[in-house]
Amino acid sequence: MTLGQQILQQLINGIALGSVYALIALGYTMVYGIIRLINFAHGEVFMIGAFVGYFAITLFKFSFIPALIFAMLFCSLLGIIMERLAYKPLREAPRIAALMTAVGLSIFFQNLMVYLKWVGASPKAFPRVIEITRYEIMENVYLTSDKILTLGVALALMLALQYVVHKTKMGRAMRAVSQDKDAAQLMGINVDTTISFTFALGSALAAAGGILYAVSYGKIIYNMGTMPGLKAFVSAVLGGIGSIPGAVAGGMLLGIVENAVSAAGMSMLRDAVAFAILILILLIKPTGLLGKNTREKV
Amino acid sequence: MKKSTIINLIFVLAIGIALHLLRKAGFINGYYDHILTKICMFIIAAVSLNLINGICGQFSLGHAGFMAVGAYIAAIFTKNPGLIIPEAIAGMPRFFVALIIGGLMAAFVGFLVGLPTLRLRGDYLAITTLGFGEIIRVLLLNWKFVGGASGYFGIKPYANFLSVYVLAVITVFIIQNFITSSYGRACIAIREDEMAAETMGIHTTKYKIIAFVLAAFFAGIAGGIYAHLMQAIMPRDFSFLVSVDILLMVVLGGLGSTSGSIMAAIFLTLVTESLRRFQSLRVIIYSLMLIFIMIFRPQGLLGGQELSVSMLKEKIKLLFGRIKPEKGYASTNGTE
Repeated sequence: MTLGQQILQQLINGIALGSVYALIALGYTMVYGIIRLINFAHGEVFMIGAFVGYFAITLFKFSFIPALIFAMLFCSLLGIIMERLAYKPLREAPRIAALMTAVGLSIFFQNLMVYLKWVGASPKAFPRVIEITRYEIMENVYLTSDKILTLGVALALMLALQYVVHKTKMGRAMRAVSQDKDAAQLMGINVDTTISFTFALGSALAAAGGILYAVSYGKIIYNMGTMPGLKAFVSAVLGGIGSIPGAVAGGMLLGIVENAVSAAGMSMLRDAVAFAILILILLIKPTGLLGKNTREKV
Repeated sequence: MKKSTIINLIFVLAIGIALHLLRKAGFINGYYDHILTKICMFIIAAVSLNLINGICGQFSLGHAGFMAVGAYIAAIFTKNPGLIIPEAIAGMPRFFVALIIGGLMAAFVGFLVGLPTLRLRGDYLAITTLGFGEIIRVLLLNWKFVGGASGYFGIKPYANFLSVYVLAVITVFIIQNFITSSYGRACIAIREDEMAAETMGIHTTKYKIIAFVLAAFFAGIAGGIYAHLMQAIMPRDFSFLVSVDILLMVVLGGLGSTSGSIMAAIFLTLVTESLRRFQSLRVIIYSLMLIFIMIFRPQGLLGGQELSVSMLKEKIKLLFGRIKPEKGYASTNGTE
């Protein structure tokens, strides 16, 4: 295997992992863009999505696509409930209060899963939804079917999101609320509905990310959301928090860098790399790669 | 010193002496002695976290990480005689020197973490400290010298009730003095409105970093105490959930209230000890508590007021209707 082939192979692996990060990062960035909140519980939505998919496949005997849609619907409902019950009362409160609630929710969901009898603390094997076949696309460079599935689903969802945000009425409302909540309200936009819709959209994407992650890793556990959640946040900051294309670019970039670090034989440092990137980006360009530099007004 | 400060100090000393005498007389057995020491350790941790989260209005989630740094560093120094500290210093003095080195190390790490993030306005500190806590844990797991995942054993039990009680009193005294100083007022101004504070000429980054580093120092001390209390430390003793336990103490006591943090630390340590058998249920209850307090009583139990002997006296006088209510006896900080 030459160096060039190895780089190409790691690039493919990195993009597949990165597309999962990107799906989660989209939820972070949209929620942050609209109510300026880091939704710490977003990683837990990702985890719950994977579990719902697992139960849909094993218990209800769904096939892959219906299970995916079921998990996405379930999690968007969860997202709406979470927003209505926990975040909406705190919309006018100091930011730190909402952040702490988010942390509380995250721990609550994780430990609830441990407490539930049919989930528990031990990992579960995710059913194989697709036959793993390897395609040699070039000499010594392989593309596996689960990576094609991950990339295909992620890409389709991103295109769908792009359509929703830019071509529908709800998407226009989302963009308006993220620019100026009060002005949007004066223009007759229902701000509450728009925020709930944003949570639903973000949670659905996280659920899809969870299932794709489970498909490629083969097992699910109650705390699987923590690290991908944190890394997705780093991706969102890397791309410029609040920017949708930024979240996608940041996720892909982080996936590639992480894979490169593991391939270089430093897999122990894999998790640390994400935070090194975060610190660097905060030092050099806090607005991120694609973020706009907005001036704060009093 | 103000008269009320002296009264409070005498009060605190009286409690310490009373508890110590009870221990000596054998009314408090080893198990409760252990819990009392643990309470004092959590008081140090909670009061220091309150400085960042309550007084400065920044959101740190990495207290367990700083505790881990302090715990491991202090333990390394007490376990290896002759390492940097001369061998002549042995026993208790060595423990205190090791604690301070552990605290300084935690403070240094806090500086490194705080510098890039506290420069910015916004919630980056939360996510950076969260990530930092995880990284510290991963690094410790892979550090063979301190035992990796199996833990670091055979630490001498220097942390007894009396010494830790004194340390807790000193910590509260220093932090309370910081809060009432001009530094503390600058921090409160930053909490209330960062932009207005900056307009008033407060170097916001500087004050945020000072508060953060001071809090990291005391978290390191608390970690060192933990190591010499439990006699064995493992990386998973400093997981994210420990940070959340301390956070809940601060929130329950009321963001910005030192005495609230102290009372909540006492209360929650006792509850945790009695619910030890129901680990995951306890965490569920704690997380729900965190959420409900934030939604329904964001000011916490004391609501940013300070409890002191003189305030209690006023309350009792009020109860018997001898004087008219006087406004503003809780001087340092109104959260509203």
